[in-house]
Amino acid sequence: MKNVWTVAANTFREAVRDRVLYNLVFFALLMMGAAILVGQISIGIEESVIVSLGLTAISVIGLFIAVFIGVGLVSKEMDKRTLYALLAKPVERWEFLLGKFCGLVMTLTVNTAAMAVGLYLALWTVKHTLEKSDAWILVAVYLILLKLALIVALALLFSCFTTSFLAILFTAGIYVAGLFAGDLRAIKAVDLSAGAMNLMKGVSYLLPNFENFNVMGAVAHGRAVPEALVAQATLYAVVYGAVVLAAAAAIFSRRNLK
Amino acid sequence: MSTPAIEIEHLSKVYPYGFLNLKKKRSLEDLSMRVDTGEVFGFLGPNGAGKSTTIKLLMRLIFPDGGSARILGKSIDDVSMHQETGYLPEQPYFYDYLTAAEVLNYFARFHGLTATDRHTRVENMLKKVGLETAGKIQLRKYSKGMLQRVGLAQAILHDPQVVILDEPMSGLDPLGRREVRDIILELKKEGRAVLFSTHILSDAEMLCDRVGVIVGGKLRGVGTPGEMVGIKTQGMEILFEVAEGKNLPLLAKATRTGERYRVQMPEEELYGAVDQLRGAGARIHSVTQIKPTLEEFFMNLVEADRAQANAVEVSGK
Repeated sequence: MKNVWTVAANTFREAVRDRVLYNLVFFALLMMGAAILVGQISIGIEESVIVSLGLTAISVIGLFIAVFIGVGLVSKEMDKRTLYALLAKPVERWEFLLGKFCGLVMTLTVNTAAMAVGLYLALWTVKHTLEKSDAWILVAVYLILLKLALIVALALLFSCFTTSFLAILFTAGIYVAGLFAGDLRAIKAVDLSAGAMNLMKGVSYLLPNFENFNVMGAVAHGRAVPEALVAQATLYAVVYGAVVLAAAAAIFSRRNLK
Repeated sequence: MSTPAIEIEHLSKVYPYGFLNLKKKRSLEDLSMRVDTGEVFGFLGPNGAGKSTTIKLLMRLIFPDGGSARILGKSIDDVSMHQETGYLPEQPYFYDYLTAAEVLNYFARFHGLTATDRHTRVENMLKKVGLETAGKIQLRKYSKGMLQRVGLAQAILHDPQVVILDEPMSGLDPLGRREVRDIILELKKEGRAVLFSTHILSDAEMLCDRVGVIVGGKLRGVGTPGEMVGIKTQGMEILFEVAEGKNLPLLAKATRTGERYRVQMPEEELYGAVDQLRGAGARIHSVTQIKPTLEEFFMNLVEADRAQANAVEVSGK
């Protein structure tokens, strides 16, 4: 695991030096603007507007980082051939892949944590106080982070066997499809043959169900998030992520570099 | 018999190309060779001959379609063989957001060196490759030659027993080339095996104990530079000066450059020619054997290969 940590730490350093964390400035400006504006135009719902906006921004900004940087984690190293010298060291290919994954998840964790602090500051600016129920925001942020880690794993998988452009398309496509995975399972009243229905159901279970990680509505209204839901989402992310990373490692371990 | 540094047996590689990868190009065909411990081995061939393919196969950057290879007795499938192997990729490129010292430190970590050891080695290595003053500058500001030096430093940082260098002189100025030559000779002195690919024949003649010539994916010969070109003398050459107006039959065959004449002849005619020159009071500057150069040998192989180029490319296999 020492090699994994070495690669992960370097991936984090790369993100910092390539100014990935500069997106925090954008988030800070958005939150400041929202706090000022919300105070003037909303009556009684300032808190839920700020929380909804903040969590959505955390999710969208994280999504962009996870997809675009996630795809580049391996493909950029192959295109620039920085990988050549590294793979000639006593490093297994899966260690490199896992290190890259952990490095970007570390970056996303720091980024998301900083944005969560920004969200709390905006909330305090609007309410001039923080309540116990505001702690549920942290749960929502945690679930967003799990979702982002899953997206990084998918981006890595696609970048192991296709071009960067296609890998971005596939990852974004799976993300959008994954948002509707629950709906696909629930469809009943459609006039389809039994075979087609079973196929659709099968596909819906293969797709990552990103709705498992969405508790924004409840948290924005100060409602509690059931512990079982958090545990289930965590287990789902760990198992699904492990399968995707194992598939990526299997493909990458036999990949001929250019 | 000691374990060879590098042992390659029947290695071959086919690259698919074209629409749906249906066509195949054989890049390496049944390559077998060995490099012994303490030996400097030059891998010669024109561009596209299969030199880099062989090296990438050894480093497991690409995978063979047949054959096997071992480094210091360990299969190349065993990742631990990299512990004793150093590799310089062709036209190396490293993380440009890091400084040279940081890149070397990063790579050293994979060899399990302690922080103190890493620090000392990185400093020494930067000095060795002439980058001691540029060690704290980000690589994005480095020239091609400086990156080549970083590449060489990371390849030998961990004191490997086997050093594999892909075109190590590429992109270097004359001073840099000389420094690389010195480093290769130093590695040899320390008993390490060095395999380096090049298409610059003078480098190979100067440095190598043995060379292997690869053309069109096939190994065409392995031996000392002398053996490769053959030890048989092709003839003799005399360089001489003679006073104007002397009627020498030899002058009819000679080429004049300034005051000096140069004449070539079969070995058996040498003594007759020398007698003739002495009789005419000529001043003989030198008598040398004419041998084919490695370059001539190499060019002959390339020309022969071009003549049967269609044999290299196969499709549908």
